[in-house]
Amino acid sequence: MAGKPKLYYFDGRGKMESIRWLLAAAGVEFEEKFVETKEQLEKLVKDGDLLFHQLPMVEIDGMKMVQTRAILSYIAGKYNLYGKDLKERALIDMYVEGITDLMQMVMMLPFSPAEAKAKNLASIEEKATKRYFPVFEKVLKQHGQDFLVGNRFSWADVQLLEVILAVEEKIPAVLSGFPQLQAFKTKMSNVPTIKKFLQPGSARKPPPDDNYVATVMSIFNLN
Amino acid sequence: MSGKPRLHYVNARGRMEPIRWLLAAAGVEVYGDLLFQQVPMVEIDGMKMVQTRAILSYIAGKYNLYGKDLKERALIDMYVEGLADLNELITSNFFQPADKKEEHLATVMDKATTRYFPVYEKVLKGHGQDFLVGNKLSRADVQLLEIILLVEESKPDILAKFPLLQSFKAKTSNIPNIKKFLQPGSQRKLPIQEKDIPRLMQIFH
Repeated sequence: MAGKPKLYYFDGRGKMESIRWLLAAAGVEFEEKFVETKEQLEKLVKDGDLLFHQLPMVEIDGMKMVQTRAILSYIAGKYNLYGKDLKERALIDMYVEGITDLMQMVMMLPFSPAEAKAKNLASIEEKATKRYFPVFEKVLKQHGQDFLVGNRFSWADVQLLEVILAVEEKIPAVLSGFPQLQAFKTKMSNVPTIKKFLQPGSARKPPPDDNYVATVMSIFNLN
Repeated sequence: MSGKPRLHYVNARGRMEPIRWLLAAAGVEVYGDLLFQQVPMVEIDGMKMVQTRAILSYIAGKYNLYGKDLKERALIDMYVEGLADLNELITSNFFQPADKKEEHLATVMDKATTRYFPVYEKVLKGHGQDFLVGNKLSRADVQLLEIILLVEESKPDILAKFPLLQSFKAKTSNIPNIKKFLQPGSQRKLPIQEKDIPRLMQIFH
């Protein structure tokens, strides 16, 4: 039945957050069903709702979609956030994959053992400022446009803003050497759908706290 | 400059292998395997593409191996991502400490037979067609065959309980481009050998 997309995940960022961002940026309203216990997850598996027994899962357009990248690609394609042709798509894919690698590091940080946290944070800072941000700084400088690809708002822009904000939460001055990215951050934050998502009361989830970590650990028996 | 795509990687399987498979299935000739200490890079159509997934998506789109519309694409993407997860589990076995390898491999084989292969067996049973999506060869089929053969290298009887995957394997292996790729002398790479591991560890870890 067509209706709003329904997101199945924990009440926290994790792998679903990028999907929330993209739907919000596309101006698509969605519902959320929070999985809070192992039993609830097991029920979804037993009911055959999770193709590979894993979350995230999004009910959208009659499909129970799993695999974060597949879901994001579908949303991007459906809402015209994937470039105008195969080559623009290729650029967007490359940028998004790079950003995902960095995002993954940030996502895993709260789950690091206490003695590894400082080291992992330093690693995030290094990768962000030496490997990833310079790429996007250069792209924006070279074409002088507001958006990363094709002079048009795309999935890559949404994901870049998301990762910038996520890294800044841990390393507030991380954009200090990147004037283009600073301007990009300001402009993207003011795109109306994104501006709305950044306001309190939206579906955006807060940074992971101990409670979130404990919930995830207990659902996956990682204690 | 020749229009053939040029692959840059180490002379081994790793993250480039799915790309070699897909280009072969599409009947695209490649040349050059240069030794670079980097993640895969493919020079193709005037771009220097990086990121395995981006490269595979581009090839699939260009050579019509990505379904006919957004929904078929969505199915293909889900299937392909599941296979990528299984692939990751298998290749991570090579980098396990020696005393953990056997146990890890057993876990991986268990996941293959309880989480992943049943999905594809069920898909094929559900529509009774030769290919996973849209009754037409797609990147999902190429990737599934690649993974089946990879898993079989560790456990030759892994498809014992999956009759449809067995016939899928036979049919897909006989597609001319793929049959050619499976023959000696193609650009398909050999399994990672024990002796390669120190070199690969040095490059990637």
